[in-house]
Amino acid sequence: MQHRQITPAEWDALATSPEFRGLIRARRRFVIPATIFFVAYYLALPVLLGFAPELMRRPVLGPLSLAYCFALSQFAMAWILLLLYLWRARGFDVRAAVIAKHERETLREVAP
Amino acid sequence: MTQSILVMFGVFMGITLVITYWASGQSQTRRGFYTANRRIGGLQNGWAIAGDYMSAASFLGITGLVAFYGFDGFMYSVGWLVAYLAVLFLVAEPMRNTGKYTIGDVISFRLHGRSVRAIAAISTLAITIFYLIAQMVGAGAVVTLLLPGVSEIVAIVAVGVLMLFYVLFGGMLATTWVQIIKAGLLLFTAVLLTLWVLARFHFSLPAFLDAAASVRIDGHSTNLLNPGHFYRGPWGAFNLISLGVALVLGTAGLPHILMRFFTVPSAKAARTSVAWAMVLIGVFYLTTSFIGLGAATIVGQAHIGQRLYAGRAIAYIARHPDQARELNQTLEHNGYVVPRRNSNLTAPLLAESLGGPLLTAFVAAVAFATILAVVAGLTITASTAFAHDLWWNVVYNGVGDERRNLIVARAAAVGVGAISILCSVLLHRFNVAFLVGLAFAIAASANAPVILLALIWRRFSRVGAIAGMLCGLVSSLALIALSPVVMGKGALFPLDNPGIVSIPLGFLGAIAGALLAPDRDAAAMFNQLQVRANTGIGAEV
Repeated sequence: MQHRQITPAEWDALATSPEFRGLIRARRRFVIPATIFFVAYYLALPVLLGFAPELMRRPVLGPLSLAYCFALSQFAMAWILLLLYLWRARGFDVRAAVIAKHERETLREVAP
Repeated sequence: MTQSILVMFGVFMGITLVITYWASGQSQTRRGFYTANRRIGGLQNGWAIAGDYMSAASFLGITGLVAFYGFDGFMYSVGWLVAYLAVLFLVAEPMRNTGKYTIGDVISFRLHGRSVRAIAAISTLAITIFYLIAQMVGAGAVVTLLLPGVSEIVAIVAVGVLMLFYVLFGGMLATTWVQIIKAGLLLFTAVLLTLWVLARFHFSLPAFLDAAASVRIDGHSTNLLNPGHFYRGPWGAFNLISLGVALVLGTAGLPHILMRFFTVPSAKAARTSVAWAMVLIGVFYLTTSFIGLGAATIVGQAHIGQRLYAGRAIAYIARHPDQARELNQTLEHNGYVVPRRNSNLTAPLLAESLGGPLLTAFVAAVAFATILAVVAGLTITASTAFAHDLWWNVVYNGVGDERRNLIVARAAAVGVGAISILCSVLLHRFNVAFLVGLAFAIAASANAPVILLALIWRRFSRVGAIAGMLCGLVSSLALIALSPVVMGKGALFPLDNPGIVSIPLGFLGAIAGALLAPDRDAAAMFNQLQVRANTGIGAEV
């Protein structure tokens, strides 16, 4: 099996194909809200520490301050988002594999 | 104690040198030397990323900051874990599919030109050298603690020579396995210390927390679970936010971490490796709280620093007659004096209080192995950037002899090692986590904006990349030079970490450059980049 270079026109065709646009949309539907969420959740910690220090010093779990609880919750947040992403990414892999297989069969194989 | 340290360190060295010998056969080509032939599996790479990431800054630096300043030190742990979400969502998989050997490859995938590559290589070198300095400072501190007869400078040079050995002969494959072994050792040690600390409190979490909430520091009862022991005063809030932003965005621009994604066979393996890394790193960073707070309660801040015993202590007291009474009391009571507190020594001294000389020797050997491995990873990154980006692509325009390229890479490793050794002798008083925080600020300002925009913005252009990297790099370096860290009390810039100013400047420079000087070729190639990044079609194998 021989491979040849993919031409710019073929890249454009791949990029505008409905399958590929579907993959990009699916990724964006997860990645954009997830990124906004984790950045906001994370930045809330230093901002609250900086501007509401008294609130963050309040003990909430025994002697553990609200600051420490919030900081520990960031670990849970990171791991939960990781699991969600791994779960969603299986779908992305399936879509990407379909596109790659289609590309191999139609574009790159040169008849012997 | 000295003997047991040497034995333990010797075992680690022996195993890793055998690996280096085995790997040297596979590092005769560029693909082998720089990327281990892209055969590292996802799980292995996850451990290796964790090994690259859990540096002296984490093990010695964060534990020290937590022991001295409580919660405020733990902010580093939080930022450095959450940072991986940015890598996972936005960078890891596209990076694998569009790059070859370096960050410069990814940025110049559609933004052609020697100047783009040259600046990418320079910022990689700047970040790596800052990071290296921190590791060497950590190595020096551990040595002064354990082998009082050996000077810090000798220790730093010795670490430098050893790490060069791995890089010069073993290339990326040996470096990867050294990281994996070291990550396992470090994680084991951190969990062991945590359990040992908790055992002191009869595994009662409330008892441990109560102790941490009322630590006596210099005669005052201090609640280390509360924020505000480090970040306070008029600029405290901005300092904290500035650090936070740099920590969370920096990882997405860290050359030695991103380079690890070129060692795996596929984007899926890149993702798996981030997942494993996040689990390992997360567990490790949770332990930094226990180790740090444990040291504050069990060892006590006044005892953390180089300890002078017997003759050395008496000689020190003789040199400082004004404090003689106080020092003599301390010497009588403890058997040693601590002339200067050093937060970098928290973890080894906690080990001494818990398990005596043998545990100290083990922890010190692990700290050394940690430093050695990270230094090797950083050095190979810097030498790749120099040889592949600057030499091969900028000077020789992408044509030339492969063998000579590898000789240049190895020579660059020696040069970078020498520069870092020199700088670390000058900066050895600073906490290592703090120094690495500065490297993160440079990475977040100079690299991260351009990498993100190059991967996701169709209209991003060559001028945008150059302007973004220059703005980020120059502003972060200049603000560090004008900060209290360098200038002391009369500093022109009030914040220790430049992130809050230099990161927006990096983004602004990049966006303004792209809008003012559009690049039709780059826009036309975006389709190819996007397909390749998301499906792996045409990616390097």
